[in-house]
Amino acid sequence: MDEVLELAPGDTAWLLVSASLVLLMTPGLAFFYGGMTRSKSVLNMMMMSFGAIGVVGVVYVLWGYSMSFGTDAFGEGTAGIWGDPFEFWALNGLLPGTDEADPYALSNSLLTGIPAIVVVGFQMTFAIITVALISGSIADRVKFSTWLVFTGAWVSLVYFGLAHMVWGGGLLSGDGPFGSMFTDIAPIDFAGGTVVHINAGVAGLVLALIIGKRRGFGKEPMRPHNLTLVMLGAGLLWFGWFGFNAGSAGAADGLAGLAWVNTTVATAAAMIGWLIVERLRDGHATSLGAASGVVAGLVAITPAAGALSPVGSIFLGLIAGALCALAVSLKFKLGYDDSLDVVGVHLVGGLVGTVLIGLFATETGLFYGGGIGQLVVQILVALVAIVFSGVLTLIIGLILKVTMGWRVTADDEVEGIDITQHGESAYDLDPTASGSGASGVLANATKKQGAQA
Amino acid sequence: MKLVTAVIKPFKLDEVRAALLAFGVQGMTVSESSGYGRQRGHTEVYRGAEYTVELLPKIRIEILVDAEDADDVIDVIVRAARTGKIGDGKVWAVPVENVVRVRTGERGPEAL
Repeated sequence: MDEVLELAPGDTAWLLVSASLVLLMTPGLAFFYGGMTRSKSVLNMMMMSFGAIGVVGVVYVLWGYSMSFGTDAFGEGTAGIWGDPFEFWALNGLLPGTDEADPYALSNSLLTGIPAIVVVGFQMTFAIITVALISGSIADRVKFSTWLVFTGAWVSLVYFGLAHMVWGGGLLSGDGPFGSMFTDIAPIDFAGGTVVHINAGVAGLVLALIIGKRRGFGKEPMRPHNLTLVMLGAGLLWFGWFGFNAGSAGAADGLAGLAWVNTTVATAAAMIGWLIVERLRDGHATSLGAASGVVAGLVAITPAAGALSPVGSIFLGLIAGALCALAVSLKFKLGYDDSLDVVGVHLVGGLVGTVLIGLFATETGLFYGGGIGQLVVQILVALVAIVFSGVLTLIIGLILKVTMGWRVTADDEVEGIDITQHGESAYDLDPTASGSGASGVLANATKKQGAQA
Repeated sequence: MKLVTAVIKPFKLDEVRAALLAFGVQGMTVSESSGYGRQRGHTEVYRGAEYTVELLPKIRIEILVDAEDADDVIDVIVRAARTGKIGDGKVWAVPVENVVRVRTGERGPEAL
């Protein structure tokens, strides 16, 4: 290679910060989801997010990065679905200090001037949060062991596949067939509308259908047990999302700044959009609605953060917030138990963001005189992502259903999944209360009597 | 001796306690409880899904008093706990056969 590869310290620093911010989103998501469950299952809900960090963190270093950003697994110009898992196995060729002429492995890096190993860290955090997002649709009822196996299988086949297709030069990238349909128009997915949100939303829907409803769904009240946790989680998600979107600029530059501002205004507008719908429909603007609107806005702006103007982002956010607020009621009409609305927020929000790029993109959007091309490309890419994620998730989900089984027993689910799956209860606020955790003094006294009898 | 039991709105506890102290009541037992009367519960809406919360949070106060004080104590509680809106609660008294102070072993009215 003749060009001189030079380290860009400022960009590298920003990407390291961004990676750390995105990793924080997953514990943030654990709070966001955990507060929405009943108090007997908050720990299991949070553990599904933490479990995803455990499994995906390990898998990513071994074959995850390679399957996402390696060359096509079945030879150049083939399907373009998965990367070759062995090309960068265990980060071979990406580590700093192994090549004297290129001490930062910059020649193998996706981003100019940023060491390959930093890009690995940044991308790893995206894989983790995407898997964790799915857990919201199957709250309160799933074996922890099956969930962990699912995270490893799903991230390998589905997430790494879509990441390769969209960002790794595969089927849905500018190099693929949709990139050459119209002159000068490539599919736009700035930070993961298809790869992360449509993908997780579809997977959540498929799993909710395979696994079935919580016992008592639609009959017993299943209201959120701690809305302050939900608000805290929404705040952490918003903060971490700056790494997600502004970090996806790949440099500490004006594009990163644009993504930052677009992320904030779209999210602010989406919160207002959600609250307006609630006020008109239910009579109150709720805190859960505000937190949900925040996440809906963050989801919708994710694919669009670098392609819109801030004013366009306001419109995108308002539309996303209002549509997601309406979409979360669908599960009651259609009868599936997407417990914490992964479909209503992530699938719908991801679709709104991905498709509306075709209208609002400042360079190619329909409203800016760019014609219909971008809109068509965005819709096609979204459809391919839905079909790919839906079919593969269905296969993985069904295999796990007949082998390990998904559901805990009926008794365990009713007693509370925290105590039966993890042997813990989240809260010990009232020393005499046995609650679902059976942890108080009265419970102990009862146990002792039982032992004597 | 009588046992006066009051079920009241939680935020009225401080006023009731202060009124009882001023009247001369020495001690009480307070517990959190839940229930409903003629007002039934109320509805809450989460992400558009409406839930009827049938059992509302209440405070239950129990006081042991001399039989002749029971009516006065009830009046004190009722005056302090009333808001005039539904869900204010109920107060009642029942006769008590015996009372023992655990520390000293005193029995009957001396133990109050």
